[in-house]
Amino acid sequence: MTLFGIGFVTPWLLLTLLALPALWLILRAVPPAPIRRMFPGVVLLLGLKDDEQVSDRTPWWLLLLRMLAVAMLIVGLAGPILNPESDETAASDAPLLVVMDSSWASAATWRARMLALDGLLAQAARDDRRVALLQLTKPEQANFQTADDLSARLVGLSPAPWEPRPDAVDSALDLLPEGGFDTYWMSDGLERETRAPLLSALEDRGDVTVFQAGQTILGLAPARFEDGNIILTAVRAQTGSERDVTILAQGRDPSGNPAVLARATARFDPDAAMAETALSLPSELRARILGFEIEGNRSAGATTLPDDSLRRREVALVAGREDREGLQLLAPLHYLEKALDPSADLLDGNLMDMIPANPDVIALADVATLGDAEEDALLDWLDGGGILLRFAGPRLAASDISRDTEDPLMPVRLRSGGRSVGGAMSWGEPKSLAEFSEDSPFFGLAIPPDVTVSAQVMAQPDPALADRVIAQLSDGTPLVTRKKVGQGQIILFHVTANAEWSSLPLSGLFVQMLERLSIAAGSGAQPDAEDLEGTVWQPSIVLDGFGATSDGSTLPGVAGEDLVSAPLGPDLRPGVYQSQDRALARNVLEADATLTPANWPADIPVEGLVKSEETPLGGWLLAAAMLLLMADILASLFLSGRLSGPRATQAAALLLAALLMPGHAAQAQSDETEFALGATAEVTFAHVVTGNEDLDQRAQAGLRGLSETLFFRTSVEPADPMAVDLETDELAFFPFLYWPITPDQPTPSDEAYAKLNTYLRSGGMIMFDTRDADIARFGTGSPNGRKLQQLAAPLDIPPLEPIPEDHVLTRTFYLLQDFPGRHNSHDVWVEAAPPDAELVDGMPFRNLNDNVTPVIIGGNDWASAWAMDDRGNPIYPIGSGYSGERQREIAYRFGVNLVMHVLTGNYKSDQVHVPALLDRLGN
Amino acid sequence: MTSPVAALRQRSEEEAARLPALLARAEHLAGTVLLGEHGRRRSGLGDDFWQYRPMQQGDVLRDVDWRRSARSDTQFVREREWQIAQSVILWVDQAASMRFASNKSLGTKADRARTLAMAASILLIRGGERVGLTGFDLPPRRGQVQISRLAELLSMDQPDEYSEPEARGMLPQSRAIFFSDFLNDPAPVEAALTKAADRGVRGALVQILDPSEEEFPFDGRTIFQSVGGGMVHETLKAGDLRNRYLDRLAERKERLEHLSRLAGWQYTCHHTSESAQSALLWIYRAMDGTYG
Repeated sequence: MTLFGIGFVTPWLLLTLLALPALWLILRAVPPAPIRRMFPGVVLLLGLKDDEQVSDRTPWWLLLLRMLAVAMLIVGLAGPILNPESDETAASDAPLLVVMDSSWASAATWRARMLALDGLLAQAARDDRRVALLQLTKPEQANFQTADDLSARLVGLSPAPWEPRPDAVDSALDLLPEGGFDTYWMSDGLERETRAPLLSALEDRGDVTVFQAGQTILGLAPARFEDGNIILTAVRAQTGSERDVTILAQGRDPSGNPAVLARATARFDPDAAMAETALSLPSELRARILGFEIEGNRSAGATTLPDDSLRRREVALVAGREDREGLQLLAPLHYLEKALDPSADLLDGNLMDMIPANPDVIALADVATLGDAEEDALLDWLDGGGILLRFAGPRLAASDISRDTEDPLMPVRLRSGGRSVGGAMSWGEPKSLAEFSEDSPFFGLAIPPDVTVSAQVMAQPDPALADRVIAQLSDGTPLVTRKKVGQGQIILFHVTANAEWSSLPLSGLFVQMLERLSIAAGSGAQPDAEDLEGTVWQPSIVLDGFGATSDGSTLPGVAGEDLVSAPLGPDLRPGVYQSQDRALARNVLEADATLTPANWPADIPVEGLVKSEETPLGGWLLAAAMLLLMADILASLFLSGRLSGPRATQAAALLLAALLMPGHAAQAQSDETEFALGATAEVTFAHVVTGNEDLDQRAQAGLRGLSETLFFRTSVEPADPMAVDLETDELAFFPFLYWPITPDQPTPSDEAYAKLNTYLRSGGMIMFDTRDADIARFGTGSPNGRKLQQLAAPLDIPPLEPIPEDHVLTRTFYLLQDFPGRHNSHDVWVEAAPPDAELVDGMPFRNLNDNVTPVIIGGNDWASAWAMDDRGNPIYPIGSGYSGERQREIAYRFGVNLVMHVLTGNYKSDQVHVPALLDRLGN
Repeated sequence: MTSPVAALRQRSEEEAARLPALLARAEHLAGTVLLGEHGRRRSGLGDDFWQYRPMQQGDVLRDVDWRRSARSDTQFVREREWQIAQSVILWVDQAASMRFASNKSLGTKADRARTLAMAASILLIRGGERVGLTGFDLPPRRGQVQISRLAELLSMDQPDEYSEPEARGMLPQSRAIFFSDFLNDPAPVEAALTKAADRGVRGALVQILDPSEEEFPFDGRTIFQSVGGGMVHETLKAGDLRNRYLDRLAERKERLEHLSRLAGWQYTCHHTSESAQSALLWIYRAMDGTYG
């Protein structure tokens, strides 16, 4: 039933709406439920009367709210449906026949079709109509059944990768159910001749409605190979607008996984129904292509499979003699080159150089003897599937090869000398070729009468010979013999590769024979039926309607002539077919296929996919009713004063607090910012966290002591030192890192090392302190020293040397020659001076490198000497008595010098130039 | 199973557990007011030095302060400040209506009344007064023990819905403080005040109200019931009653104030949402006689 364009599943439920006014009255009469409140002031209330004697009525707007909610509930339960599928078909209650083209052209919109069909069946179920289904690509007896039964079968429907064949449509005419019925024809949108008779037959039985997707049908013609490019042609049914389609070359990546190997874009001009694009791929990549498809268009027609015509075999050509310069037409390889050039990649060169390239074919023209190494390599290569193509010639005829015993690289034994017929010095006519026998790969090729053979090498009669002959002369002597070796084969033409001994290389038959041997695979054009006469082809890959590939090896073979000419159907599926070593693709679209959009008679109603879909509104209405009831709860609470209690304000405050809660990310962010601010607001020294708590505290205290000392004695006023975790913290903020070594500290990660190296390269300084100068010398194998070596190995550290006497560290602030910490060892190492630094006469110091040394390595345990507690008292004892204090003082001085060096670089070193500068300024 | 004795013990432990809390709160509150003895500002019998004055006729030689007199030619008499210990009797409404708090964060009215009463008692006892309860349970005494006993008695709830002031046992010329919400019929209050006035007892009425009783923030159909559940009033529109309720409350306050003025008493209204300290200060000043 339909009201105002909205259909209802259970319209009678709407009658309940009549009860709404009664509900209104009842709700109006019942006041809201009272709240019980404890209130000591009730004594003061006693005796107070309400102004109005009438009970407190529910306000009209609340009533309206509730009425609306109830009305929505009722309407929602009545099952309203927007755009119900009820039109002229609904008016009839005749059985319904659904005719589906279900060809590849409907695959791209198959889902939408199934949805539409689902809707149609649902409507039929509502109207209680019986439905039958007829697929023109797979006609079966159509029996009327209930729509529910049929809709259960919808899942199993799939488009066929072919179009309805005339014979299938004829049989469909016979399969039409008895009696009158209406027809719903789901067309694939392509015009075909078989349509008119079926349409008129259906119109005789009842109304026909056509359903047709508005989407343009796209197809992909088989790929061609032209001038080193793959030419891809896309066709479309409807013209009129400019459109780009992307064509994907699907294949396998080197590891064997499916991948898109290349993509090309073809542009349809507004009026063009065809668009071409060229794809240039290296042959190696080309060989891996399994198929082309139009992106975003899943149909067999938009998929095309390549066959041998795209495969370019690599053929290595080796000739026995190439000394006859200038006589090209006599060159042994000339005709072979001409025959193979359009369809194969030719290799030229030394045999031993070419075998590792693993060519598909090696052609040996009149090559008699091969070296042992060459022979072994060739045999290996043959085992792997190579084709060795040999031609006879004067050299072969003159040699002793394969005379007494069969040469492993020859298919047969040869008689010495060969023979010559029909020449000037011999009897008889030149021989012509005999018909090819059935088991020959050349079976079916027409033999031009002008092909004659005047000389050949003769095969030694042998029990195995008959099996190996695949072509012979009219007198029965073998012309072509073949032997399988491992995966590969050896083929011997008993004539030369040039026109010296026969006219075979001059004829087209030569090329056809090479093709049959899959040496010159497909010269571009598709073979015609004659070429394939007598061959049987086994499907290896077949396409389904959606363009997906599947294994076809379980399907029966197809005769060669059918393969090229018969229309596609259940017994000839699109796919790749194989016969012996050749592969041939049969695609849905022929090379010159065009797509014609269907043209229906004007009196047939045509529906599209775009029509508004049936939308059940029940759920929305019920949800809205629920929302209204929620609102009613709030309104009731508000009315009864329960919203204004103290709890309500608390809840609101909580809600507000929850909303204002800052996110964790912001927290982390601010941590980082805080670290950066703390490290950069003042000069800040840092020590590397070793994980040893005592050591970390010691380092911290040491740097604090150094900072204090600097603060008091110099204009450097550092902030409190920081501890730095190499893994997480940014190092760039610190001019100076103190890194005490302990054997048990963890080795930093690779990222941390990368960070450290960046730090060192960008001017930072790390002071490594092994803290064991009392027991070990630098470079000896103390545990700390070994750990240092291990830690510093990945670091980018320049060559080192012990601090020279004239190093700038000795004079940046104090004049020092010792660098003690808690221990007083002279083994303190810094970046080595450049080897060309020399002491100039009159200068106190060498002119040293300009850089700040990136590392200082020592073991004097400076941090302990510098360490101060909060009140500025030294924490750790040094030496004994006055000399110990003196050593501490020198340690402080060294620290000051160190920081000065870090902060001012070689300023003090440059001071040596001051007299010269002043001198120059004075003049 | 708990034996009756164990149950009693448990109850009394629970009760006892409340005492320190009340005491502590009261002590805390009392600590906020620094207080000396009630100096009478005139000479008399007492411990504290008041003034030296020249010896007059009638002064006994024993009163002469010889040390002071030796520094001059005349004799001086050392006078001490006249101090008098007063009896202050308290009445705290322990009825069910006091056990009400409109909001969890506010204490009940009874809580506030007890705290104020205890704090005032502590102050007064520290000041040397004698403090007791009306009726005959706890006559006025001084000392720490009295504080504990006061706390004990003040912690007892009464089962009544509303209670009337206990006017018996008031010592003549003593001081009295009544803590209640005074929501009940004012006639007994009037009677008590009359009786007190007859005996020359002066004092203060401290009306303790919950903020909701002052504001009447109700709306909609409501059934109001007293704390004990004994009294029920149903209204369909609580909002409409607000003004009339507030009028009645104002009238009640007016009446209490009028009564207390007649009897020479002080009256204040204290809300549980306000700070207890202000009320305590007010009580102290009222006892001090600052307000007349």
